[in-house]
Amino acid sequence: MLVAILRSSITLVGLLTIWAGIVHLSGTPPYILPGPDRVLITAIDQVDLLARHAMVTATEILLGLGLGTLIGSLAALALIAAPEMRRWLLPVLVASQAVPVFALAPLLVLWLGYGMASKVAMATLIIFFPVTASFYDGLRRTDPGWLDLARAMNAHPLAVLWHIRLPAALPALASGLRVATAVAPIGAVVGEWVGSSAGLGHLMLHANARLQTDVMFAALLVLAAMTIGLYTAVDAALRAALPWQPDHFPSPQSEATKE
Amino acid sequence: MHDSIVSAVDVGVPPSISVDRARLDYGGRPLFKDLSLHLAGGHWTCLLGPSGVGKSSLLRMIAGLVRGGATTSIAADDGRPLAGRIAYMAQQDLLLPWLSVLDNVCLGPRLRRSRRHGSVTQGRVLLEAVGLSTQASARPNTLSGGMRQRAALARTLFEQRPVVLMDEPFSAVDAITRLRLQSLATDMLRDRTVLLVTHDPWEALRVADTVLVMTGNPARVSATHTPPGCRPRRHDDPGVVALHARLLADLDV
Repeated sequence: MLVAILRSSITLVGLLTIWAGIVHLSGTPPYILPGPDRVLITAIDQVDLLARHAMVTATEILLGLGLGTLIGSLAALALIAAPEMRRWLLPVLVASQAVPVFALAPLLVLWLGYGMASKVAMATLIIFFPVTASFYDGLRRTDPGWLDLARAMNAHPLAVLWHIRLPAALPALASGLRVATAVAPIGAVVGEWVGSSAGLGHLMLHANARLQTDVMFAALLVLAAMTIGLYTAVDAALRAALPWQPDHFPSPQSEATKE
Repeated sequence: MHDSIVSAVDVGVPPSISVDRARLDYGGRPLFKDLSLHLAGGHWTCLLGPSGVGKSSLLRMIAGLVRGGATTSIAADDGRPLAGRIAYMAQQDLLLPWLSVLDNVCLGPRLRRSRRHGSVTQGRVLLEAVGLSTQASARPNTLSGGMRQRAALARTLFEQRPVVLMDEPFSAVDAITRLRLQSLATDMLRDRTVLLVTHDPWEALRVADTVLVMTGNPARVSATHTPPGCRPRRHDDPGVVALHARLLADLDV
């Protein structure tokens, strides 16, 4: 673990050095491309500003993630529980993914306003489908042996759903949640770009217009750190929640003995 | 130790089961048709046959997991319906990986939404009987194949059904574990009506009261044998050795 952190730190330092070198040697003015030192100084200088906007974006992301997961899971359960729902809803659901969600952003801002609601809606829309698709897939692919066993035990259909199909589908839902966590910030920031009064996306747009490129980079830095932090937390939580799930890469040794 | 448990578990009089004119189509062709057989109450009947002959399908049909053709009749001799009196044990242990071993053993009431008083105590007693008392709170993935199948056996016993249908339950474990499991199962399911599907003549001869040989396409019961002596029999029993040769001949080996 320590070695892994050390390795990626060295890679990062290397990339930053190249970046600083390019800026220094080419003499690019800071309003086109600020050096990493300048970005860092700006980030420290403007920490209050960045924190205020980051809080807004983080709230949007978390609300979108929660809402998208909730609606996505319920949709998957509805699709499994009722064949009618499958017939009427599934084709529409799949076709809806042909509509680029980003194209809806201006509409969402028009309908829901410049506040947080339109960004939460945007993030929810982006998250909804991966969650539904993966959870629905997981619910469909229950081991037929378990279902046979349940039938031989005269199981109640709802008990089968709750005690067998649902837990069996949780690893699939977890994959969907990981994807959702990675794309949720995109939804929130795109929403902010289209029209907003606060948030990191708003700050970036604002800084861009005033050629405060260093602020833009600082905002980007904060957004990236937030996304990585969120992903790491969700990933760790999912692992802890599914301890029975085999979760490791095959080591080269075990691969070799399999041959 | 086992005696006290088996007598404590009252499953009623195990019924005989008659299968008449059973038919099952697979891919437009009959896997078997006009198939009739009788499972004597309280006896172990082994259905022996080559892979793909339809013996598992027949077992699943008796278990109510697949529907037979129109002529099929499956009935217990006491006139009561079979549903709710059958326990099913498959080749895979089918333990739920997110539940502890004990919770897996006590799965039935949970799935029927009928919390039964004292079911945890009963589960622990059965785990002790199959030699897994120290693994009660462990997760199935920490157990060996033989231990997992013993847990599955405990789950089957927990159901307290007079009829037990087993579909190659010991074929996924190593030879020594298989012998131990056969002894354990014959001991604990002594007085039930048992149908065991297997492709292993030795296994059939070791545990069966009656061996039915299923061959052909469409399949039929081509021979019936009654191995001498009481189960579980030894491999070097002269009667078993002689019958083994005849079984192989029945199977066209």
